Amino acid sequence: MSVHKALPHDAAPLHVTGAARYVDDVPVPRDCLHLAFGLSKVAKGRLVRLDLTAVRSAPGVVLVLAGEDFAQIPDCSPSAHDEPLLSDGTIHYAGQPLFLVAAESHLLARRAAALAVVEIAEERPILTIDEAIAAGSIFEEGPRVYAKGDVDAALARAPHVIEGSLEIGGQEHFYLEGQAALVLPQEAGDMIVHSSSQHPTEIQHKVADAIGRPMHAVRVEVRRMGGGFGGKESQGNHLAIACAVVAARTGRPAKMRYDRDDDFTVTGKRHDARIDYRAGVDRDGRLLGVDFVQMIRCGWSMDLSLPVADRAMLHADNAYLLPNARITSHRLKTNTQSATAFRGFGGPQGMVGIERVMDHVAHTLGLDPLEVRRRNFYAEAEAHGANAAMRTSGKMKGEVLDTADLAGRGSVKVETGSGHSKRFGGAHSPVPMEAGNTTPYGMEVEDFILRAMTARLEEVAEIEARRTAVAAWNEANEVLKRGIAVTPVKFGISFTLTHLNQAGALVHVYQDGSIHMNHGGTEMGQGLFQKVAQVAADRFGVGPERVKITATDTAKVPNTSATAASSGSDLNGMAVKAACDEIRDRIAEVVAPELQAEPAAVVFEGGMVRAGSAEMTFEEAVSRTYMARVSLSATGFYRTPKIEWDRIAGRGRPFFYFAYGVSCSEVVIDTLTGENRILRTDIIHDCGRSLNPALDIGQIEGGFVQGAGWLTMEELVWDGAGRLRTHAPSTYKIPACSDRPEVFNVELWDGENREETIYRSKAVGEPPFMLGISVFSALGNACAAAGPNFPDLQAPATPEAVLAAVGRARG
Amino acid sequence: MTIRFLLNGEPQEADASPTTTLLDWLRERKGLTGTKEGCNEGDCGACTVMVTDVDGSRALNACILFMPQLQGRAVRTVEGIAGPDGTLHPVQEAMVAHHGSQCGFCTPGFIVSMATAHLNGRRDHDDQLAGNLCRCTGYAPIIRAAKAAAEAPVPDWMTGDAEALDLLRQDMPATGNVAMPTSSDDLAAWYEAHPDAVLIAGATDVGLWVTKALRDLEPVAFLNNCSDLKGIVSDGGAIRVGAMTQLTDFGDFIADRHPSFAEMIRRYGSVQVRNAATIGGNIANGSPIGDGPPPLIALGATLHLRRGDARRSIALEDFFLDYGRQDRAPGEFVEAVSIPVQPDRLRVYKLSKRFDQDISAVCGAFNVTVEDGTVSAARIAFGGMAGIPKRAAHAEAALIGQPWTTRTVQAAKAAFAEDFTPLTDMRASAGYRLEAAGNMLLRYFRDMAGETVSVLEVRP
Repeated sequence: MSVHKALPHDAAPLHVTGAARYVDDVPVPRDCLHLAFGLSKVAKGRLVRLDLTAVRSAPGVVLVLAGEDFAQIPDCSPSAHDEPLLSDGTIHYAGQPLFLVAAESHLLARRAAALAVVEIAEERPILTIDEAIAAGSIFEEGPRVYAKGDVDAALARAPHVIEGSLEIGGQEHFYLEGQAALVLPQEAGDMIVHSSSQHPTEIQHKVADAIGRPMHAVRVEVRRMGGGFGGKESQGNHLAIACAVVAARTGRPAKMRYDRDDDFTVTGKRHDARIDYRAGVDRDGRLLGVDFVQMIRCGWSMDLSLPVADRAMLHADNAYLLPNARITSHRLKTNTQSATAFRGFGGPQGMVGIERVMDHVAHTLGLDPLEVRRRNFYAEAEAHGANAAMRTSGKMKGEVLDTADLAGRGSVKVETGSGHSKRFGGAHSPVPMEAGNTTPYGMEVEDFILRAMTARLEEVAEIEARRTAVAAWNEANEVLKRGIAVTPVKFGISFTLTHLNQAGALVHVYQDGSIHMNHGGTEMGQGLFQKVAQVAADRFGVGPERVKITATDTAKVPNTSATAASSGSDLNGMAVKAACDEIRDRIAEVVAPELQAEPAAVVFEGGMVRAGSAEMTFEEAVSRTYMARVSLSATGFYRTPKIEWDRIAGRGRPFFYFAYGVSCSEVVIDTLTGENRILRTDIIHDCGRSLNPALDIGQIEGGFVQGAGWLTMEELVWDGAGRLRTHAPSTYKIPACSDRPEVFNVELWDGENREETIYRSKAVGEPPFMLGISVFSALGNACAAAGPNFPDLQAPATPEAVLAAVGRARG
Repeated sequence: MTIRFLLNGEPQEADASPTTTLLDWLRERKGLTGTKEGCNEGDCGACTVMVTDVDGSRALNACILFMPQLQGRAVRTVEGIAGPDGTLHPVQEAMVAHHGSQCGFCTPGFIVSMATAHLNGRRDHDDQLAGNLCRCTGYAPIIRAAKAAAEAPVPDWMTGDAEALDLLRQDMPATGNVAMPTSSDDLAAWYEAHPDAVLIAGATDVGLWVTKALRDLEPVAFLNNCSDLKGIVSDGGAIRVGAMTQLTDFGDFIADRHPSFAEMIRRYGSVQVRNAATIGGNIANGSPIGDGPPPLIALGATLHLRRGDARRSIALEDFFLDYGRQDRAPGEFVEAVSIPVQPDRLRVYKLSKRFDQDISAVCGAFNVTVEDGTVSAARIAFGGMAGIPKRAAHAEAALIGQPWTTRTVQAAKAAFAEDFTPLTDMRASAGYRLEAAGNMLLRYFRDMAGETVSVLEVRP
């Protein structure tokens, strides 16, 4: 078996020798043009004058284009057709491209772009959450509301009601390879595009649209990205389109890569947010009802903000059964970069909200925060027959739940006058809920394993003893305070835009027995290609070295979804498996008579094709199949089963399954300066039956550190005029080497996916990111050691934010 | 101009403008694309190369390394880390075996930093790799790889560069607007004749004038061959540090005398930055947030300036007149800084969002003398609290003559508000800066009493 093995990343030998090629490394023809944008320095206004005379006459400049040079300015939006490549005269944010320069070198293009004379009639921008709410500047017709039970009644009768508000900063992706695209014009106006993109089909679609050609005229190839993290799901469109437009006009190849400062300034980031909460709890810390208001800052265009905000709502429960809940989501339109996909896709923001509630409840009631969490966990699934088990444990919790009247509440709280809200009364009307194990959007949680995982973590991380030690330290130390926290992750796997849950593959077996594998997924470092190659090798019973991993190519597999939502291995692994099995069946059919067996009895293993004691080499079997004039090439296709939901109503089953994880972090803070550091982190994470434990652990370690960075040192700062002041690594700090926990233990949960996924594995790209929340919670715990009050730590927990929280704790 | 150097063991004669960066030359002229551009400002390390000269082999950022700085030196890129026959270097093998690469874009820079540290026998992996950012792995597997490779012998192809340097030795005469002086005298004469020139020491700041501000710099002088401007001499009464002394070397020297200064330098920039940046450059550029001046001022350092044959010496704090303005005449340059020899009472506290390789929000340096329980002298200086590095005169006055007690410290802390009116910017708010600066005095008091005062000292 080549699956479940800890094989290295397929490109590792190329990485370490500098031989792995990225877009900017592809050799280009001598006449290649290099592009740069001229950017607005103003956040909102009208372009009054754009004098490009000096730009046009600068050394090496070949072509300069502004909005007025297009009959119709190409659109770059992945969703709403609201992102013109260059400003149409309206300025939406500081960083918006105004014009495009094509020159003989990257440096000459940048130097020329600096020479424009720009006059903008400035208007007062809408920048903050409060400004956007006050101005009613929103996407969609009003706030989205998902609800379960009767939250108002629950809060009214709750012995304790805890209220608060949490600011959550955004996050720059800081993929080490900046955005880049290269377009090579072909005969008859066709284009070959090399793009650093998670979504080649989107690039193909947008480029075709921009040059007025059908999609078949554009071929997009992506060998690898130098990191993506969601930042290359839609944000590469501008560069590919710009290159294609220039290539179409000049007939010359065109390449564009953003200088790092431009990358920060132009492209979208993780949505920052504010979450207001009111939670009603009983004396034991059990949640009776929670009312969340999520204010999500989306920036100037829609981009992917609606599904991001949806996912924040879908993760407002995290691992906890909320008997009554209301989640109200405002999608705010501001004159800032258009916030976009980023690992977790809104899930992390939603999850931080409920984890804050847990800490606040525990602090108010004087309870152990882990115990409060445990008391509110969903009921545990048991291996099989989970329903019965869940019902039992539901009863054990002693909850008596009101019968939900969702339709009524929905029509009250969902904005009036919305056509969508009528769906509550239509086919999607929920059946009244019982005291089951359902999420606020009505999905039964069938696979919950966090009780067992948390118990395991408590044991291996010696949490009880360390909590005592932390308390003793804090007793003895006036200035340096320690904190410790455990936070769980339950993350829904599937694109919430249900039709995206499909994938295709193309597999060829050549006469010599070597295998060419292609699928719609893209490689951004996560090891997808290697995992899927392991699947292909396993299907044919050969070593993975026999499988050639090839660049993602829209000419091989069409109509692909973005490599996003952690779905890469799940979707593409299954599609490749289908293609391999198709070929395998044909081979078996051909060789079965020779092996004196039925085709169904033919097995592929150890490089052999055998039935009983009869066998032949894989190469021999392939050769015979070829000689028998049977095709050794096949496509494969997969679509995720079981998922169906209504995103407007917030009802149904958006996710095929959940991935789980739990982490414990211990930190230390300085109550004089707010400086802070992670001392130790222990993680147990669920990858189902891991396809490749080494790659999965890599995702967990990396995701955790990235998540911890988001909530600690990574701070985006805009000034009062809407200009991003942290636009380079000199001012925006991602974790460095020494910021990882000094003791850092990661263990894979020994289990398998209950659902029929590829070899019973689970998706791993995004879920571990949210393990970083344990650091934020532990920092709050440390701040609380400084005084009697709830410290109300805000994110990111920079030294300044920690010092402020220490001040609040002291009162 | 023509630059002669070794590239991966092969002699090169590169024709390049004086402000062409090594990174651009490698990628665009040589087609060696293993060295990556991640930020183009020396903050991510994706472009790290190894440069060998008479002082040894160092990791440097190629994106802010100008071609003339390589004259007579040897460069090794990621393409030159494996052996000529393709044998992987031990750090390359370990990075594959320990899953140290994911997207792979930062990997070439890590490999070069790791191979250089391996060559130099360094085992302080976190510090050696602080200048290399990785967004995928969380660093754990990279450190596992570095540890795994540490014991392996240095491959012979890694040691050849130092031996080949003699082949390259040759002086570069000044050509028009570009000078490469080889002594302080040369520099003094040329600079007096070109007083509007830009002097390039380590280029860790000036590099960005080119890569980010897109400025033309000529006339320029590259100072890295002025050997008499480099080095540290101690005559018993004072330590004289040549302006071209790199932070790496200064940090090594000062560790015995003022360990807290050395600890701050450990966090100053990164290995790549400290290998290029100089003490003199950090002073001469006049930045209000440079980390060198506050501790030097607290130690009572004297600055030595030279113009032509005229030399003068001033107290370091008097050099900084106002934001962007220094007491330096056209054609005058920093020759050295000298530090009085004294018992170690210096503590330096660098406050930033990230511990390693971050510009300080506040950098406080404290040097308080207590005799018989009473403060007899105090020098306290800050960066990040004003438009220039500045002493806390009111706070010092509030301490001097008082008993060294918490009460005195609390009173002096309040005086910081009279000394400073800091700004709010992307690094910190004014209020936080003032509060933290005051609290640093409390920390100093505890520190001198032997308490553990830094989160960096706390072990799991």
